[in-house]
Amino acid sequence: MSIAEEAKLAVRGAIQGVMEKAIELAPDSWMPGGKPDSLIATKHGSIGASVPRIDSPLKVQGKAPFAAEFELPGMVYAALMFSTVAKGRIATLDTAQAEAAPGVVLVMTHRNAPRMESMPVFLSAEKAGGGDNLPIMQDDRIHWNGQPIAVVLAETQEQADYAVALIRASYEQDAATTSFATAKRKGTEPGLFMGQPLKTEKGSADAAFKASAAKVEATYTTPRHNHNAIEPHAATVAWDGDRLIVHDASQAVAHTAWSLGKIFGISEQQVHVTSPFVGGGFGGKCLWQHQVLGAAAAKLAGRPVRIALSREGVYRLIGGRTLTEQRLAIGADQDGRFNAIIHSGTVATTRQNGMPEPFILPTMSSYGSPNIKLDVEVVYLDMLANTFMRAPGESVGTFALESAIDELAVSLGIDPVELRILNQPSEDPLKGTPFSSRHITEAWRAGAEKFGWSKRSAPGTVRDGEWQIGIGCATATYPYHRMPGGAARITLTRDGYARVEIAAHEMGMGTATAHTQVVADRLGLSRDQVTFAYGDSLMPGVVLAGGSQQTASIGASVIAAHHVLIKELLKLAGNDSPLAGLGTDEVGTLNGGLAKLDDPSRHESYVSILTRSGRDHVAVEGSASAPLETMHWSMHSFGALFCEIGVNSVTGETRVRRFLGSYDCGRILNPKTAASQFRGGIIMGLGLALMEETQFDDRNGRVMNPSLAEYHVPVHLDVPPIDVIWTDIPDPRAPMGARGIGEIGITGVGAAVANAVFNATGKRVRDLPLTLDKLM
Amino acid sequence: MTADRSAAAIAAIRINGVDCPVPADPRMSLLDLLRETLHLHGTKKGCNQGACGACTVLVDGERIVSCLSLAVQHAGRSVTTIEGLADQHGLHPLQQAFIEHDGFQCGYCTPGQICSAVGMAAELKRGVPSHVTQDLASDHVAFSPDEVRERMSGNLCRCGAHNGIIDAISETYAEAAE
Repeated sequence: MSIAEEAKLAVRGAIQGVMEKAIELAPDSWMPGGKPDSLIATKHGSIGASVPRIDSPLKVQGKAPFAAEFELPGMVYAALMFSTVAKGRIATLDTAQAEAAPGVVLVMTHRNAPRMESMPVFLSAEKAGGGDNLPIMQDDRIHWNGQPIAVVLAETQEQADYAVALIRASYEQDAATTSFATAKRKGTEPGLFMGQPLKTEKGSADAAFKASAAKVEATYTTPRHNHNAIEPHAATVAWDGDRLIVHDASQAVAHTAWSLGKIFGISEQQVHVTSPFVGGGFGGKCLWQHQVLGAAAAKLAGRPVRIALSREGVYRLIGGRTLTEQRLAIGADQDGRFNAIIHSGTVATTRQNGMPEPFILPTMSSYGSPNIKLDVEVVYLDMLANTFMRAPGESVGTFALESAIDELAVSLGIDPVELRILNQPSEDPLKGTPFSSRHITEAWRAGAEKFGWSKRSAPGTVRDGEWQIGIGCATATYPYHRMPGGAARITLTRDGYARVEIAAHEMGMGTATAHTQVVADRLGLSRDQVTFAYGDSLMPGVVLAGGSQQTASIGASVIAAHHVLIKELLKLAGNDSPLAGLGTDEVGTLNGGLAKLDDPSRHESYVSILTRSGRDHVAVEGSASAPLETMHWSMHSFGALFCEIGVNSVTGETRVRRFLGSYDCGRILNPKTAASQFRGGIIMGLGLALMEETQFDDRNGRVMNPSLAEYHVPVHLDVPPIDVIWTDIPDPRAPMGARGIGEIGITGVGAAVANAVFNATGKRVRDLPLTLDKLM
Repeated sequence: MTADRSAAAIAAIRINGVDCPVPADPRMSLLDLLRETLHLHGTKKGCNQGACGACTVLVDGERIVSCLSLAVQHAGRSVTTIEGLADQHGLHPLQQAFIEHDGFQCGYCTPGQICSAVGMAAELKRGVPSHVTQDLASDHVAFSPDEVRERMSGNLCRCGAHNGIIDAISETYAEAAE
């Protein structure tokens, strides 16, 4: 980094620091959530009911339309060719045979691709959504092993796949950096996240660690991971003059529309992105090169295009989670109280994106300590851009932190549950801000009781035939987030029905179901009077389905629109209404209409207001407040995880026998869908613990296991019955009292399993995944 | 397969009770025939190499992964997809059980899970042993959660609905198996 850049960063950091301090010190009442959401107090509404998914009849019949299932007249199919070197230039590219193959409509390469801007890389602007910022088929340069170098369009997928196999390419290779170890030897650089270094220190952690009576210090490593949503990435793309229509599998429709507009030099209003159903996302279903290539090829061929990635294509084109090498050191006194926590290490990333896996995040909020030092360093490799994957940072950071705490508990002879409870902070450990709501201790007690933690035995002492049995625990953690840009439209019709529209997403979280419940309660309607529409970039709002923030963002957007709705309805109600003379602050929604808050007998129904005013409908839009609550309060979810495993003493195989998660995530909106989200996260965590690894060839930067046969995810026989419980204590500062739950499930699971393996065998494994070779 | 098939039936594949012509391109998989020619999108493409089970359909009552099977192989045979499971009386009991037990989240692996489970239940009934069957010599295989989990392990789910899927299958088939 240059001196000028460093100075710029320092100034930006200082301004942000002043702003943050002002928001921290401002009165509670100035903040969103200062006055708790009125829905938190409602007890007998739709919120909290175990409602089956609204879309379930469609899904069990295979009738929910996914991105690769839109049929457009004249549509052709795309197939991609990938580079086989990591860096250099294309020397020769022979496409003649492919062009002559039956059914081929177009072969697009850097020689004939339309001129396009690079993708605006994610987080570089409010609506930037690109996975990298490289030129897309604009020149002969190769930046990673697997980069697309040709697109074939043909009348059928079979013809396209055949023709792409006829293309011949040769390369002039440049020296590439593809080995993490080699890159590290040359030196690391500070990891920057949104321009800020991932570096923090409170007190003097090194000195305090040295002086501590009890110490643990170790290096923990985690490999690369892929999201592996079962639906491969796909888009069905068409141009209508200078309008671009993209039926996408997306967790970011507004970001994708804006970014595609930038790339093709058209306005975001000219790009229409739909995504009614997404077959799993987990951070991977954002904007990558395939949507751009599909749109470019459709433009060139003058035909609509279906570009559905092969499973190999997903591994070549869509980034995954990067590897981490973490040093975790804890210094404590003899009673186990922490004096120092040091969490530092190195990750691999690329120059074309901005995602140093922030593994220090869980250590920023989980435990109190007078001295804390956190540092993420990076090395840059010539590889596919890595990206966000479920709980970026926490999923792998908790493996190091929660393993180290277990190691400390063992060395001090303290129960690891008690050690964790002992070190709970009374305020945010780094910022000193108050917690909005923190009930982790209750979660620990309830979980330990239900799991039977007190029956734990000494390491290596329990056997069941040839199986060594052990139990372990760990903390799960994920922050409450709400990103700027939320907005929603409410349309109320004269027959008393409401439709809410917001450019949000349904990837299986149960978004439409939970928010139908919320909107019903907020408007005083029944669920069947509410339609929740989403997944369309023409709808209001910039609402990323990421960071477990979608529920909060939708909630705050609907709160804003609801305010506008009350104002509009009061205007329409006029002087002949029981509501006459009341201000917006005195009125709420109740029983299908408006009512005076402290005198519900002054009530008029929506039907009556709209009928009397001769209106067919009323439509309003509201924009969510800026998310200042996250700076004023420390807002985090937590969980207490318990795991029982068996390790086969002959084969080293590890089987998970039981698992329990006890969570404190605020109010639970729908217990049925929430339990599924927790379980789903835990199961992905079992994969992270036991089997998942994207194997990367250090010599040439190529992913070696680009298939579901070689990259193992948990299958039915790997998954035991998983028990999930929660405190259900509303967070007074969050809309509906609910903190997001999409990501916390995966956090802590790796350590819970590793700690159970230690209890079973006495062996400490610090390198994921915990495959049998490490236990032989 | 029956012996008295007519020439017309040989040239056609019966899909959910309707005869469909065999495709001209012999490279076309049964999966692509269903999805791209017949627009039966309920059968999903997750990997196109037999590793995920999302494309599972029933051929003459047995479950197969339709991505690893060429359409032309199925002339004269009867294919049931997820679209063919519900009847005029409503959803198949297993489809209903999947809803009740929340046996899915995104819904992409769901049609394959359901078709696979229908085929699996028939295998159990026929006494076909699995990797976890204790007594391989017996004609009868007892219904158990482990048998179901083992036999369903070819159907991947990434959202993590495994518990709900096994509960839905157990509720639907456990009693019938006794």
